[in-house]
Amino acid sequence: MEASTQTAQEANAGVKLPVLEREKLILNDRSYHWITERICGVLENRQPLLWWLLFVPSALIALLGVGGGLFHLVSTGVGVWGNTNRVMWGWPIVNFVFWIGIGHAGTLISAILFLTRQNWRTSINRAAEAMTIFAVMCAGIFPAFHVGRVWFAWFLAPIPNANAIWQNFKSPLLWDVFAVSTYFTISLIFWYLGMVPDLATIRDRCKPGLRKILYGIFALGWRGGNRQWSHYEMAYLLLAALSTPLVLSVHSVVSFDFATSVVPGWHTTIFPPYFVAGAIFGGFAMVLTIMIPARFIYGLQDMITMKHIDNMAKIILLTGTIVGYAYLMELFVAFYSGAIYEMDAFKFRIAGPYWWAYAAMMSLNVISPQFFWFKKCRENLWVVMAIAMCVNIGMWFERFVIIVTTLARMWLPGDWKTYSPSAQDQFLFVGTIGMFLALFLLFLRFLPCINIAEVKWTLPQSDPHHDDIEEHPDDGAVKEAAYQKELS
Amino acid sequence: MSTTRKRVYGYLAEFKNPSQLYKAAEKVRDAGFKKWDCYSPYPIHGLDGAMGLKRSILPWFVFFGGITGTATAFTLAYTTQVVLYPTVVQGKPANIFTVPAFFPIMFELTILFSGFTVLFGLLALIQLPRLNHPLFASRQFHRATDDGFFIAIEARDHQFSPEKTREMLAEFGGSNIELVEEEE
Repeated sequence: MEASTQTAQEANAGVKLPVLEREKLILNDRSYHWITERICGVLENRQPLLWWLLFVPSALIALLGVGGGLFHLVSTGVGVWGNTNRVMWGWPIVNFVFWIGIGHAGTLISAILFLTRQNWRTSINRAAEAMTIFAVMCAGIFPAFHVGRVWFAWFLAPIPNANAIWQNFKSPLLWDVFAVSTYFTISLIFWYLGMVPDLATIRDRCKPGLRKILYGIFALGWRGGNRQWSHYEMAYLLLAALSTPLVLSVHSVVSFDFATSVVPGWHTTIFPPYFVAGAIFGGFAMVLTIMIPARFIYGLQDMITMKHIDNMAKIILLTGTIVGYAYLMELFVAFYSGAIYEMDAFKFRIAGPYWWAYAAMMSLNVISPQFFWFKKCRENLWVVMAIAMCVNIGMWFERFVIIVTTLARMWLPGDWKTYSPSAQDQFLFVGTIGMFLALFLLFLRFLPCINIAEVKWTLPQSDPHHDDIEEHPDDGAVKEAAYQKELS
Repeated sequence: MSTTRKRVYGYLAEFKNPSQLYKAAEKVRDAGFKKWDCYSPYPIHGLDGAMGLKRSILPWFVFFGGITGTATAFTLAYTTQVVLYPTVVQGKPANIFTVPAFFPIMFELTILFSGFTVLFGLLALIQLPRLNHPLFASRQFHRATDDGFFIAIEARDHQFSPEKTREMLAEFGGSNIELVEEEE
């Protein structure tokens, strides 16, 4: 009976508890200088042949697809797109939502994982943020040209037109303008501010010349003094705290474009969380699609480790499951609400002429990530790549299903019409893929693709009390509580 | 013989690792120096306390920047939708009760203005951008952005003395102590 009066602490006093070792974020005990050399080496050394083999075609595709495609569009008129009076959004808005969603993983990694102190983010945040910027640039093209006469795109800005009529601030489309432009601006500030210390690192390694001057200008004269770091850390924290609600709001506002309309299949309250989860899901797939090859080409395996890939695969599994839940819940609510129009919209999606898009969305987005339950699948890079590609394609189909199948069958049967994209639609979309890749390759060529300062900060020896710990090895037995020390 | 006159900026001393830097910073702080700084390739946590720095005041700037954003968005939406040209769309009233429809834009502009305040507030506080700095003349300072840990004590500090400060830095564990000069 005596033993039961003991507290757990007393019972365990003096017992050595095994300390579980954390998996290291940077492998092979690399030094600060090694990290600098390796990351700066990516942009200081000659680019591998593969870089050119990827860059030249993607730049050409971007030039022809986006440059040529838009020239043709503007000089001829938006009629060259497959959009009709019924399906007035069609591919351009599908692509807009697709690209804007891709960006969300970057902000999630840089902001939300920063606030939750997930230090593994440091190896991938820079590249993911770059992806955000480029994806939002690709996204912006579509609505800007979708307005029809692009020279009137300034109507989107809060400036009165010739009749002194202002924009409709009650419209989700205007909310979208504000949300997307704010998102782009804040992401750019976050990305750039995060890069200033690293640009200073590159500046300090350059030989005197034009290169040094250019990096020097963008490094703003950064010296790395603690009086600078102190404010800088606060600025970074503030930007993370601002970006977190921002990223959740952006795709929510995008979903309002649909959810606030009174259209069966769109008018649901589940849209904002479902869109945000889908965006993060698709975005992480794109991060993996790009980072796995880049990691091999530039030999960054010690910094972007299998643990990073494992974590990202788990996030894809989680968000993919949320997305799957949302799909099923949509169906359930359509059935349970007893609203015949809602149910009819879903019957049309599943069994109508676009059944293949719905089937692709379901299998690629809901079923394919479920393989990530298995450690073997998360550890095999071919499987990870294949699933990431499935998710990229699946998320595009999701937007296609939401937009096209709904607009093709609205309230009036006389309005019903099936939609197919024109060649110009496809040309422009492929062009934006080329633009995205080309911009990303230029980023790898000219900017530090991993956050040098933050990666150094995750090393165990970066803690100023690192050697104190070594002097007094912590074997897990608490000999003296902190307050006892202060009292004596 | 060079005819350019040089002015002493201060002493720059290197420290072996972050712990050495941290301990030296505490001693320099206790010695009462004011115009000095620790340089490191990444932010060292806890060094603010070791240097005796106060918490950054940036959040206050950003708070007011954010409020300005909210107010701007509300004013913009309210004046244009209710005062200047009331239009009834989506069955929503053209008076103060339509304000929930303005919330998304009020939120976005709050974030936008706060973000700009972070950027410009930070630059003002850390006194950047600047094109040059006396420390860039040092032959070892380029390592501060790679793997070097330094303390620089400026000659402007009223406790600075050419001999004693050098001795003090050496005593605190500094090596490669260098007198940094700037050209006049």
